[in-house]
Amino acid sequence: MDRVIVVRNLWKHYGETAAVKGISFTVHAGEIFGFLGPNGAGKTTTINLLTGLARPDPVPAERPEESTELFVCGINLLKHPRAVQHLLGVVPDENNLYPELSGYENLCFWASLYGIRKKERQERARELLNTVNLTEVAREKFANYSRGLKRRLAIAAALVHRPGLLFLDEPTTGLDVAAARSVRRLITQLHQAGTTIFLTTHYLEEAERLCQRLAFIVSGRLGRIDTVSHLLEPVQGKQFLEVLCGPLPPHFQEVFSRVYPEVSLLVAGPGRFQVEVSPRLKVPALVQFLETEGVEVLEVKRKQASLEDVFVEITGIEAAAIKQEKAKGLP
Amino acid sequence: MKRWIAFWNILMKDVRTYYLKPPNVSWGLLFPLAWTGMFFLRSQANARDILSILTGLVCVSVLFGTTSLLAVTITFEKKNRTFERLLLSPLPLNWLVLAKTSGGILFGLANALVPVLLACFLTDLSKVGWGQFGVAVFLLAVSSTFLGLLIAVSVSEVFEAQAFSNFFRFPMIFLCGLFFPISRLPFFLWPLSFILPPTYGADLLHGAIEGIQLFPGWLDLTALVGFCLLLFFLSLWNIRRRWIL
Ligand SMILES: Nc1ncnc2c1ncn2[C@@H]1O[C@H](COP(=O)(O)OP(=O)(O)O)[C@@H](O)[C@H]1O
Ligand SMILES: [Mg+2]
Repeated sequence: MDRVIVVRNLWKHYGETAAVKGISFTVHAGEIFGFLGPNGAGKTTTINLLTGLARPDPVPAERPEESTELFVCGINLLKHPRAVQHLLGVVPDENNLYPELSGYENLCFWASLYGIRKKERQERARELLNTVNLTEVAREKFANYSRGLKRRLAIAAALVHRPGLLFLDEPTTGLDVAAARSVRRLITQLHQAGTTIFLTTHYLEEAERLCQRLAFIVSGRLGRIDTVSHLLEPVQGKQFLEVLCGPLPPHFQEVFSRVYPEVSLLVAGPGRFQVEVSPRLKVPALVQFLETEGVEVLEVKRKQASLEDVFVEITGIEAAAIKQEKAKGLP
Repeated sequence: MKRWIAFWNILMKDVRTYYLKPPNVSWGLLFPLAWTGMFFLRSQANARDILSILTGLVCVSVLFGTTSLLAVTITFEKKNRTFERLLLSPLPLNWLVLAKTSGGILFGLANALVPVLLACFLTDLSKVGWGQFGVAVFLLAVSSTFLGLLIAVSVSEVFEAQAFSNFFRFPMIFLCGLFFPISRLPFFLWPLSFILPPTYGADLLHGAIEGIQLFPGWLDLTALVGFCLLLFFLSLWNIRRRWIL
């Protein structure tokens, strides 16, 4: 399979903070590759490094055996950081089109930057407006668009020069349910047309639904990178009991593992934990145990293991931030 | 050819959405008109006086015309991230920066015409060396645009860009021999005058309009071209250093 992006030991510091810490991954032609991680994980920084908007740092001196490699579309970005830009489309996390121009004018303008002639530009703009379903508002100023329409036009603007590789930075963040759905539909459509897509998100379901392969990124480091189905394998068919409760006493984990040595426990927040369902674990007994430990039980529910459990297991971090976003709901 | 298409469209977009906006056009016309009118009235249409202040009026018009909108076309576009989008295009950085500044240069040149046209009606301009005049105005416009550019790429906020450009523009009116010769300044200010590009543009203009020049023409030209290149490359360096992290 063709490797469109090859990254080895990529580092980036902003002052004292290391935003990206020696990440390595490859992206294959034609796939949707997802970077899944909470805010501040280093997703945007990675996109900037891959698109020539930021320069990688050298590998820290204490790791002399490693060296950085950065190839996008076969071009060595360490040597020619901007040589690849005509092959890429980039949709950043914030809108970066001209508010005072209409949708149609924006597309014509951005197309002109790639040296496309007037007649062809205008055709391309109309074609793209049609693709992203914005023909009706083509003459309206970009400033007057709703968030969802803005995001769709931003995707169209990234496609004016027919790039084979598209970067999407949190494409559905901040959109309402219907708008997010229509953006996801558009992404699937582009993928089916053969575009390779590098996508970042902090929605687990979105990653699960859209991406063929996924990388978890937390604090600038990558966890496992694999296909969604492989990632889900270890938890496939597993069931969990999720317990919502009052504050947990200190040493709760120790006490629990003494009583239930073979049951794995995951504390996901101050008033929330989950345990794997096993024949040894009966719900009434669990509730009784909790009450004697002074934990006020609010709710116990059974749930199917999901990508979130894999994420928590692999990264070992509390998924509260992600959970919050999730609570807003996805269609 | 592809680069020219991109260059032309960036320039046209800026002209259309910034420079030809009614408030900016009226500011661009009113500002030199007000200055010119004020000075011409004071000189009570005395031909000699009008010629002697024409240089200063042209310089001020160029200085303010070129730099007035750079805080928007550069600093503001950096802040709202459209400049970042421009950086993602395959246009080389020097082309991109030239495209983003040529609107300012043209606007400055247009502004310079206002005092000249007014003076046409009030006095006899047949002795003016128009060749030298044109070269001087052009180099003045380019150098002051690039000075504004350097300011615009060295700050992060629009108000900072505006404050800093005023910090330069107003003293330059007095330091660069626009309305009275540098020789009348206290001598400790002279080094300051010599490192400001408008000094040399104004000198060339005095030569073209009144036939009096402080420096030889080649020195003025070399200094102006040198300033243009220096300011341009400093600005590019600053963009690479500050904006492409
Ligand atoms: N321009 C910058 N200057 C300083 N720090 C930055 C800059 N960009 C990102 N960072 C820091 O780098 C880390 C990663 O940020 P980012 O890549 O934006 O994360 P994400 O996109 O995953 O939310 C954060 O801690 C952020 O504060
Ligand atoms: Mg981000």
